[in-house]
Amino acid sequence: MKKSVALFLTLSLTLAFSGSVMAEEDTEAVTEAVTEAVTEAASEEETEAVSEAAEESAEEKSEGVMTYAEYAAADLDTEVVVETYVQAKQSWWTDSETGKEQATFYTQDKDGAYFIYNMGCSEEEYEELVPGTKIKVTGYKAEWEGEVEIIDAVFEIVEGEEYIAHAVDVTELLGTDELMNHQNEFVEFKGLTVEAQQDAEGNEVAFLYNYDGSGTDGDDLYFNASLNGETYTFTVESYLCDNTTDVYNAVEELQVGDTIDMEGFLYWYQGANPHVTSVTVAE
Amino acid sequence: MREIWKKGSALLAAAAALCLLPGCHGSRQTADFSIPEEFSTTEDYEITFWAKNDTNITQTEIYKKAIEDFQELYPNITVNLRLYTDYGDIYNDVITNISTGTTPNVCITYPDHIATYLTGDNTVVPLDSLMADEEYGLGGSKLEFDSPSQEEVVSQFLEECSLNGHCYALPFMRSTEACYINKTYVEALGYTLPDTLTWDFIWEVSEAALEQDSEGNYLVNGQNVLIPFIYKSTDNMMIQMLKQKGAGYSTQEGEIQIFNDITKELLYDIAGHTGKGAFSTFKISGYPANFLNAGQCIFAVDSTAGATWMGTEAPLLDISQENVVEFDTEVRMVPQFDPENPQMISQGPSVCIFNKEDPQEVLASWIFAQYLLTNEVQIAYSQTEGYIPVTSKAQGSEQYQDYLERSGEDNDTYYDVKIQASRLLLDHISDTFTTPVFNGSTSLRNAAGQLIEDVTKSVRRKQEVDDAYMETLYEDVASLYHLEEAGTSSAAEKDLGPLPQTAVILLAALAGAWALIALYVLGRALKKKHGS
Repeated sequence: MKKSVALFLTLSLTLAFSGSVMAEEDTEAVTEAVTEAVTEAASEEETEAVSEAAEESAEEKSEGVMTYAEYAAADLDTEVVVETYVQAKQSWWTDSETGKEQATFYTQDKDGAYFIYNMGCSEEEYEELVPGTKIKVTGYKAEWEGEVEIIDAVFEIVEGEEYIAHAVDVTELLGTDELMNHQNEFVEFKGLTVEAQQDAEGNEVAFLYNYDGSGTDGDDLYFNASLNGETYTFTVESYLCDNTTDVYNAVEELQVGDTIDMEGFLYWYQGANPHVTSVTVAE
Repeated sequence: MREIWKKGSALLAAAAALCLLPGCHGSRQTADFSIPEEFSTTEDYEITFWAKNDTNITQTEIYKKAIEDFQELYPNITVNLRLYTDYGDIYNDVITNISTGTTPNVCITYPDHIATYLTGDNTVVPLDSLMADEEYGLGGSKLEFDSPSQEEVVSQFLEECSLNGHCYALPFMRSTEACYINKTYVEALGYTLPDTLTWDFIWEVSEAALEQDSEGNYLVNGQNVLIPFIYKSTDNMMIQMLKQKGAGYSTQEGEIQIFNDITKELLYDIAGHTGKGAFSTFKISGYPANFLNAGQCIFAVDSTAGATWMGTEAPLLDISQENVVEFDTEVRMVPQFDPENPQMISQGPSVCIFNKEDPQEVLASWIFAQYLLTNEVQIAYSQTEGYIPVTSKAQGSEQYQDYLERSGEDNDTYYDVKIQASRLLLDHISDTFTTPVFNGSTSLRNAAGQLIEDVTKSVRRKQEVDDAYMETLYEDVASLYHLEEAGTSSAAEKDLGPLPQTAVILLAALAGAWALIALYVLGRALKKKHGS
């Protein structure tokens, strides 16, 4: 009897305690996972080793699973089933009103990329979905502000090979329609020059917190960089790379006129809006 | 670029998640606040103000200037500004900080959120006696600035801040929804815009616009993309439709009435027009403003606080300039079923004050909150978007009237679409309404939008929308948002509202433990008795 009482009291205390610390843990978990994901994706050695293994064999799909070409050809608002590999992830959260747990994933196979928005996923599953993990995703193809994505999706982990994509150099495609063919892929841009923007006080700066400078440290970073006389906007998406990451800090250190190389995911919002995951200033 | 919104919506919902934590009901208790006889000017007070801007640098600057000016008047009060761009993030952080007793002093809020904050003990300061205080209340004699009197705060806006018979917030800005229209296309289709839009008119014009040439381009815009009617907030869409129809949504006490036959009729109607390609939503397709400005939308419904993004000459733009199409923009109230008796939502930020141990600190917070109602702040902030000031004092001031008169003078401060949007609300304050606030009203609001989003998605996905579908939809949405459990609670119960699941489990476990202890003690006593 005493044991039962103690058990109940322990349970009560555990429940109370776990509730009070959950918020902080969630935040940390998301931050850690994102940092880990980006760090892992940036690890060239690992990337190459895994990529080579995957590229040796042609991309084979299970029965009932679309190839990337079939996915690309599918109409919007139709059900799609794809097998793909997690490249990075962001924003695990629980909808309190519905209780739905979900997160957003940048995924890719060797033929193309799939952005999976708010896919149902427990926190434990989110932890499991490290870069390289193969998943089978069933959802609906959708387009939001030009971004083609899979929504209302469910997934299952497919045991076996892993794949982490090489960054495709799309520098020469900047400003062309062809760039859209690489939407959501892990890409790189080389030899761009950081251009000045104006902050609220009219000062020339290399980056802004939020698109118009209305934000503060921790918000998305926006910066402009040019190539061959054309200027393009790049973003450090704070949910993917928060202010503790190398890329966030590197962008905060940028100077107007710096020549930079970048890697990131080719997100789309009314045109290319790369979510940058690494920035290197040329020596 | 505003794609930040989409992720913001994730946080908005995530925010509310935290209120499921026991912390909401286990917050530190603070004593009732009593107004000090005199505000101390010899002690220094540091207060925090959590504010929200619409990702608008001008709004940020206005907050900063207001603080600067206030601190000159009250050198012993330091105001620390923390800026948010999303109401959900503020809500999230407040809930987290209630449990640790580290709430801000002054906070931008929505009444629905206050209903949750009030589940903590003495968390939010009721403002009734503060407002009425002759010295430090609205228009008080000991204030260092020209504060509006209580009568000068628009009474309807003040009433919107009342819960359970007490006023828990001051209105800060007010907006409504408006329909931003590509008048050029409407007229090209052979229609004349009426003064008051009806739903029938919008659907008719929207469907007339769908005619395409042999290459699939729409005749009205020559492009291969056209969504004639896009609604930003489908929760507001359903709420306003039901109100205009006189149909059930909820009672003041929190009884859920939305799952009725009129709602079903409305959903069938929306499904029919969606099937023809006439309608979509922000969540499904994107910002109405972007489609409108690209000539890919004819009727865009969004907040009047989004007016600076609307139109060919809009000062804020999210699409590349080369994609902007030339057209005349008109602003009308949201479509109506009965144009003679228009009904539209009243929305916009309010300001609440959190209780603290030191009454002087609370008084300092109150004085600052009041400062936000001065003409200087009200007029400056209202000019940043299609907001209107919440005081008749500011609305009637020469400065504000001059602002309204100068509509169209430039495409910045005097942008005509923005001022038209403000005028729309000024002219129709008495036609606005708000929905009942209770613990669970946020879920109901989300459910209202979910019904439209689900039906729209289903039609686009070629799924059958029939009676069986509707029945399942009602069951699913009610279950998803736990509306079967939502309160028909009494006013007294509303103070705390239904306990979250985690709290129920906790309490059940505690009750079980005490029951077992009692049984154990009773057993021992009986054993002793039998043994003796």
